[in-house]
Amino acid sequence: MPNAVEPPVASPSSLQDAYALLAKGGYRPIAGGTDLMVQLTGEIGEPPERVLDISRLDRLRGIERNAGWLVIGALTTYTELRRSPLIAELLPALAEAAATIGAAQIQQRGTLGGNIANASPAGDTLPILLATDARIVVGSGRQERTIPATEFWIGYRTTARADDELVLRVEVPLVSDRRVRFRKIGTRRAQAISKVVMALSWSADGRAGAWRNVRLALGSVAERPIRAWETEAILEGARPDEETAERAVAALAAEIHPIDDVRSTAEYRRAVATRVLHRLIREEGSR
Amino acid sequence: MKRASTRIAPPSRPAERVAPAAPALAARTAFPLRREGPAKLTGEARYADDLVFAGAWYGATIRSDDPHATLIAIDRDPDFDWSRVLIVTADEIPGENVVSLISDDQPVLVPVGGEIRHHAEPVALLAAADRSTLHAAKRRIQLRTERLPAVFDPLASTQQIAHFAIRRGDAEKGLADAELIVEGEYRVGHQEQLYIENQAMIALPRDDGGITVHGSLQCPYYIHKAMKRALNLTDAQAVVIQSETGGGFGGKEEYPSMIALHAALLARKLGKPVRMIYDRHEDISATTKRHPAIVRHRTGVTRDGELVAQEIEVVMDGGAYATLTPVVLSRGTIHAGGPYRCENVTITGRAMATNTPPNGAFRGFGAPQTEFAAEMQVNRIAEALDVSPLELRRRWAYREGDVTPTGQVLRESVAALEVLEAAAETAGFSRKRTDRRRASTSGGTRASGIGLALAWHGAGFTGAGETHLASVASIELTDVGAIRVLTASTEMGQGTKTIFPQLVAAELGIGIDEVEMAPQDTSLVPDSGPTVASRTAMVVGRILIGAARKLRARVEESSGQPFPRSYRDFAKRNGGIRIDERFEPYPGITFDEERYVGDAYPCYGWAAAVAEVEVDLDTGEVAVESVVSADDVGRVIHPVLAEGQVEGGTLQAVGYATMEEIKLADGRYLNDRLATYLIPTALDAPRITSILVEKPFSGSPHGAKGVGELPMDVAAPAVVAAIHDAVGVWIHELPATPERILAALSGASAPDTPGSEPGTRSGARANRAAPARGVDPRPEAPSDPLPLRAPQDKGGDWERDR
Ligand SMILES: Cc1cc2nc3c(=O)[nH]c(=O)nc-3n(C[C@H](O)[C@H](O)[C@H](O)COP(=O)(O)OP(=O)(O)OC[C@H]3O[C@@H](n4cnc5c(N)ncnc54)[C@H](O)[C@@H]3O)c2cc1C
Repeated sequence: MPNAVEPPVASPSSLQDAYALLAKGGYRPIAGGTDLMVQLTGEIGEPPERVLDISRLDRLRGIERNAGWLVIGALTTYTELRRSPLIAELLPALAEAAATIGAAQIQQRGTLGGNIANASPAGDTLPILLATDARIVVGSGRQERTIPATEFWIGYRTTARADDELVLRVEVPLVSDRRVRFRKIGTRRAQAISKVVMALSWSADGRAGAWRNVRLALGSVAERPIRAWETEAILEGARPDEETAERAVAALAAEIHPIDDVRSTAEYRRAVATRVLHRLIREEGSR
Repeated sequence: MKRASTRIAPPSRPAERVAPAAPALAARTAFPLRREGPAKLTGEARYADDLVFAGAWYGATIRSDDPHATLIAIDRDPDFDWSRVLIVTADEIPGENVVSLISDDQPVLVPVGGEIRHHAEPVALLAAADRSTLHAAKRRIQLRTERLPAVFDPLASTQQIAHFAIRRGDAEKGLADAELIVEGEYRVGHQEQLYIENQAMIALPRDDGGITVHGSLQCPYYIHKAMKRALNLTDAQAVVIQSETGGGFGGKEEYPSMIALHAALLARKLGKPVRMIYDRHEDISATTKRHPAIVRHRTGVTRDGELVAQEIEVVMDGGAYATLTPVVLSRGTIHAGGPYRCENVTITGRAMATNTPPNGAFRGFGAPQTEFAAEMQVNRIAEALDVSPLELRRRWAYREGDVTPTGQVLRESVAALEVLEAAAETAGFSRKRTDRRRASTSGGTRASGIGLALAWHGAGFTGAGETHLASVASIELTDVGAIRVLTASTEMGQGTKTIFPQLVAAELGIGIDEVEMAPQDTSLVPDSGPTVASRTAMVVGRILIGAARKLRARVEESSGQPFPRSYRDFAKRNGGIRIDERFEPYPGITFDEERYVGDAYPCYGWAAAVAEVEVDLDTGEVAVESVVSADDVGRVIHPVLAEGQVEGGTLQAVGYATMEEIKLADGRYLNDRLATYLIPTALDAPRITSILVEKPFSGSPHGAKGVGELPMDVAAPAVVAAIHDAVGVWIHELPATPERILAALSGASAPDTPGSEPGTRSGARANRAAPARGVDPRPEAPSDPLPLRAPQDKGGDWERDR
């Protein structure tokens, strides 16, 4: 039986006002509401006391290129990501990920900032942010600060963001020759939560064909989205051949700690994570 | 979902074309729109939760948290203000504390000192004027219980709910004589009906001391009976009115009685209306599901592919109470051999009680479970014999004159071969199977496959069920000259309100719009039986045609004029008349319920499906690309609605085959939300081609045999056969999830169904084909154990067909 009592909502139109309300405590931001509205029923964890509607904060919108960075506002929706020419040019894997989220309705409402702040281990955009050395910019009445993605998700649904801070934007460094591959293995073809989600990025070292700056990040295989450091170390400087694939896969199997849950089994998640990585490496090697 | 449609007239009868229900508008207009369609489209339709009753309170159910326990006490938090909350417990039930159905084992509420038999079992009822008070009160009630040992595995249960044995010939001897014996064990799990509209009931106290309930339901008179018993009401004091109902699929056959009783108990004590509207979480966690089953087969065949003997053992998990389990088991047992001629058959069916929520009615009613196993078995036998699965079915499928395991002679309306050929040809089964075999798929990331299945489905109630029901349906010519149909048969999206006027109008020679439908209100309409078992078009339709013929004769005798020209004048002159027509047993159909011998059903519907899948070899994900379903439903009354049933049933079966699964821990459903109980989305839906085959039943004046359940029987085994064709492994347990497929591909054992106790699976001895005593299998026949083919190696094939 849903809770009929809706919490009070404040809709500030400036960041300053928003920060002031957040400083009072008890407010939880709402962006697209696709996670928060589910939490409002009180069936999944404690519902928020008060809700802070951030939809009027236009400084949290927009996608732009700024010097060597791709800057994406926290309120950017998945539909906007899918339609953005800049994303298509600079980080097409993010558009690819956005296209796998929920379905049309969720993509219209759901935001990148919401995915980041919600901090689900299955958040589908998070491995891409981890694999591209993205930084998350948060702000409060006190200050703005920049947190590397690798330091943002610190535990099960916990982030480095303080309660009175908003996620303002994401900054992704633009690296020439960077390639990013994304794979989501969901529970079905739409409206699917990931059983395993993976992003792999590297720069091809022209002549030798070896990979540099390799980053491998995964979701749904640990209590938070993770980088697979050991596997990256094996891939770094290696060529994408069968032998590399075998070694990388062995490292990955040892490095991840998936669990059995209502969506899948640890065994399947481990098997699929390794098989998909194997496939990605082989595909790249045969290009 | 793209749709395609064809209609095939079987060769055995002059081709008679009903206008095809192809997308062409011209053809569609030949058939009436759904009666309730415009109201649903415009949002005017009133579902239970849309009904407003002044002063109504909200009701809630306090449910057990234990799978098996003694209820010691119901504790209320003394710090809470209980003056604003109404509480009802078992001791306040005025009549018998039973939800009346087959056995009287299920209480309306567990009494203090009584036995809790499953998680989410109703223990107490609350009502409050507003939802937040109710919500708060719910959290302030604690159940004090003493845990009892619980059983979750039907194979470990010692408590039998029902048992059936069917014997024909001598299966033991047949197996001894056979040249090859194939054994198999197949498992299917729970399935949730997942109607769009959650369960909902609103109870109103009546001036006469009785109760009226409005709600989402399939069977008004089941609830009527349950209310009379538990609330001690007379026929007139218990009134059940169906509100617009957003789907049922069997899920609103028996459980609404429970909810109606709960709402009624609260309303009675309160003296005001009480709304009992479930949210999805409560609905999934507490209401009935399709019965899980374990089916074991031993089949004896000759080397040239004759079916000699079938020995089949069916075990169903009934859950904690009997509900409809005996009838579900009965249908499952009767259908367990599949639509195949066999002289020596033994089928035993047992339903066992477990400490899990009771399982109940769901589209197909036991047959999808056992026919999945039967079709798996036939496909594996075809593989063992190295025969095309199409060819083997051609040889074995029932023809007219064949005898079923209950000894029923199939005298007419047997279309197994017609549906088989129609589906196989439309899908290009043989060609695609052979082509793929030649094409090398090595190195690819995806493998595609095609699979086939055949099924039968007994039409109407089992055995003498319809005779016991003795349903009544009425037609009234009112004194203002209107024609009204009075039945308790419900509309839940399948078309009752559209086809009844069609049938009656055709019989009376008047326009469809001139036939009104009386509301499904037990104070107004007779008991035409439950809206279940695909019986409405066939059985109730026949009664209505009988009533219409009598009405027509009465009017024409009196007026000497054709009915259409005379009935209005007749009404003006003589006043209204009403014909109450009672079910007449089908001539020549007899069934011995004691011995389980005879005509189990008056006739059968027949269905074949061909599924094509693509399997991702890295992840085990299955995309069901297409399903062709050919269904013989007797004479089609409304092609658009009939195809809708085939498409919906096929999709529900695809979900059953690939993803729908209830996971349990400690007798509790773990995935009891829409986020975790998965059904196919539009993107997961295959292209469905439905072919309606018409082999009418002479016992129906209109030839109809029923369509609702039939397609549900056949698509799941076709999908699993296609997966096998693609990747070379058999998945013996539904759903064929990527987890199970990947495990099978890597040779590991598939993950256990949560809830079944490890060590009870007899996988090692099952699922193999072995030569019977002393007979050498022919050299190319697989020996023991049946080797699994590698993905690329499609094996040699032997296709005799085109
Ligand atoms: C049907 C359905 C399907 C879904 N499918 C997917 C899927 O496939 N993949 C996936 O990853 N997710 C999925 N989700 C989850 C959800 O859509 C995403 O996580 C989405 O990105 C959340 O964004 P939002 O704007 O709706 O967040 P909200 O619901 O508004 O907020 C989510 C959380 O983040 C906080 N928050 C939001 N914005 C900010 C901010 N700027 N600063 C600080 N805190 C903030 C909120 O307080 C809240 O705790 C699905 C959800 C539903 C209901």
